[in-house]
Amino acid sequence: MPETTTGALIYQILELLPFLKELPEFLHIPMLMFVTGLIPVTVISLVGLVGVYMERKVSAFMQIRLGPMEYGPWGTLQTLADGIKLMGKEDIIPREADKPLFILAPIAAFVGVFLLFIAIPFDRDIIVVDLNVGIFYLAAVASIEVVGIIMAGWASNNKWSLLGAMREAAQVVAYEIPVGICLVTVVIVSGSFSMVDIVEEQKGLFLNWFIFRNPVMWVVFIAFIIASLAELKRAPFDLPEAESELVSGFHTEYSGMRFSIFFIAEYGAMFVASALIAILFLGGYYTGIPFLDNIDGILGILIRVGALFGKAFAFLFLQMWIRWTLPRIRLDQMFYLCYKVLVPFGFVAMIITAFWQMVLPGDGFMSLGWAPGLGK
Amino acid sequence: MSPSRDVKGSKTKMADTANMNTNVHEPPDVRTEELLLNMGPQHPSTHGVLKVVAKTDGELVLECEPVVGYLHRCFEKCAESGSYVQAVPYTDRLDYLMAMGNNLGYCLAVEALMKVEIPEYADYIRVLVTELNRIGSHLIAVGTFGLDTGAITPFFYAFRDREMVLDILEEICGQRLNYNYIRPGGVAYDLPEGILDKISTFIDHMEKSLEEINNLLTYNGIFIHRTANVGVMTPEVAIKYGVTGPNLRSTGVKRDLRKLRPYSIYDRFEFNICTGTGEYGTIGDCWNRHIVRTQEIIESIKILRQVLNAMPTEGEHLAKATARKFRPPKGAAYTAVENSKGELGFYIASDGTDEPWRVKCRAPSFHNVSVLPALANGTMLADLVIILGSLDIVLGEIDR
Repeated sequence: MPETTTGALIYQILELLPFLKELPEFLHIPMLMFVTGLIPVTVISLVGLVGVYMERKVSAFMQIRLGPMEYGPWGTLQTLADGIKLMGKEDIIPREADKPLFILAPIAAFVGVFLLFIAIPFDRDIIVVDLNVGIFYLAAVASIEVVGIIMAGWASNNKWSLLGAMREAAQVVAYEIPVGICLVTVVIVSGSFSMVDIVEEQKGLFLNWFIFRNPVMWVVFIAFIIASLAELKRAPFDLPEAESELVSGFHTEYSGMRFSIFFIAEYGAMFVASALIAILFLGGYYTGIPFLDNIDGILGILIRVGALFGKAFAFLFLQMWIRWTLPRIRLDQMFYLCYKVLVPFGFVAMIITAFWQMVLPGDGFMSLGWAPGLGK
Repeated sequence: MSPSRDVKGSKTKMADTANMNTNVHEPPDVRTEELLLNMGPQHPSTHGVLKVVAKTDGELVLECEPVVGYLHRCFEKCAESGSYVQAVPYTDRLDYLMAMGNNLGYCLAVEALMKVEIPEYADYIRVLVTELNRIGSHLIAVGTFGLDTGAITPFFYAFRDREMVLDILEEICGQRLNYNYIRPGGVAYDLPEGILDKISTFIDHMEKSLEEINNLLTYNGIFIHRTANVGVMTPEVAIKYGVTGPNLRSTGVKRDLRKLRPYSIYDRFEFNICTGTGEYGTIGDCWNRHIVRTQEIIESIKILRQVLNAMPTEGEHLAKATARKFRPPKGAAYTAVENSKGELGFYIASDGTDEPWRVKCRAPSFHNVSVLPALANGTMLADLVIILGSLDIVLGEIDR
């Protein structure tokens, strides 16, 4: 067994599933990979199911409609029914398409999102691997999805797809910069790249959360929300799949299961971005109430996992709210927002944070003076 | 050459040149060329079966050209091969969002040919249904324009209100889209009981609802950024291309046939000619075309209020002399009405038989779409969609 970081889920699983130890030695690692791999897949699928249902209902209520009502109470099984329908669809690959790339593209997009889940801490110990470069890993792996999308755009051999892929490439490259600045700012405050350390640093009263850490953190917070919307190609930044302009953008030619893989990947990425906002700025799996956070055992785990999911779904709702309210911005306006608004503001906030951290390395400016380190 | 070959061809060319230059340390000679985009006839934003052929350089539209004719169904010839009354349902299909206006335009031309007097009561009904239909038509324009910019929700708000218009019109004439209601000599049926109260409830609701749509869409920051100063049309360009209706008025030209050459009984009502305000952007841009439509809804509500107040409670709805087949005297007549899209004109020539000798329709959307290259050349692909949406074309009357 190789040495890995402490508290990794792998070892807990080994404890929970003793039959694994009885397997021949050479099967340990593959079995562990399989079992741990199941966790992201389950979470992505569940998040996809719930997210799609939520999106439909949220959009319906905003648009004075009811949304799905037929399957299950309040249409709760509609997404499942759609999934089954999509699986039964004919697998269409355009004759002139680049076949291998066309097949590979949705997989690449899904893998990019799948890998993100590895570094998301749902609780202190519920994390697949607590990498000591967790945040760096996330920033790096988040770009894999783009490769899948560019592949899809090129392989489809459709001009709309190509334009969508071009837009996606330009957009993601541009918005990596503000996202990076926001991540660096968080690292400056936390002093660690590890996702668990970042959350642990925010333990205690909610005033310890990074958003309250210094007077400019909220700028970084908002910049990160906007930049993450752009990275996710969600409205108002949904230019790569702009329905009214590019028909469906990069996935115009995709149908059936391949399309639904793109779809699930998108919702998985949305969830990761929402969870990241919660982890980086709003205390991650901590509720911000010390009395609740200090509960041990199964109840404590449930509270903490629930807190993270609650925060993440709140931001998921925010993304949907924005999508169904705002028009789409134009390509040049998107770049303007990135290079002339988010980057300078983020940069200034980063420098102020660095100085603040040098002069007043404390628990947060809101709690200065009256409750330093409360509940830590 | 198929689109696929374009893309693939350039790829292999690039690879060949790269191979040739491997020994020499020079950048490969990358060949760039314009991408020819066929936008439509199946495309979400062409508002029907319109094809726009756009020559693009990346996101930039260098040239574009609307290609029309996919919906051609020989309206004029059809109208010439039946009796005068039989052509009325064909006019419904012209601008199918404003079928009452089409009916009215055609019937006014036939009536001018026959020199027949219309009962006053019928005239009031005509104005009533036409203005109601105008509200519905403008609501679609406003909603789908929002859809073009990417705002999906306002579309549903607009459709909710249009639904009320359709319900009222359905109660009046039994149809929701192709009404066939206005006939030469009056209207087909009398108004049903209690419909006037429903109309007055609707217009009260519409005023509030329009405010909601305006708050959500018209004064939205991103919407203004997307539409203001985009596709600016000068009055000269508009007149040169024969653009009429809200598109012309948005450039500041006060031309409304209801005021200029009052037909039916429009001279009895007070309303304003809405022109582009220039509140945001410049006069004649996409935002101003949009705001003119929202303001015209208010003006239509004003007219409807006056109609409801001044309307006789009962009367004759169809002039007796023109009930069925008739033979107008030899001659020709041209009448034009202010439809929701612009000046809709009908030229009818009679040879004295019961079938028109020649029918010619001047469809406003045909002229409005022809101005597209003048506005969209040199803009971005996203702007092309916005400009097309702001012109509010209906393919039914372009192709006829």
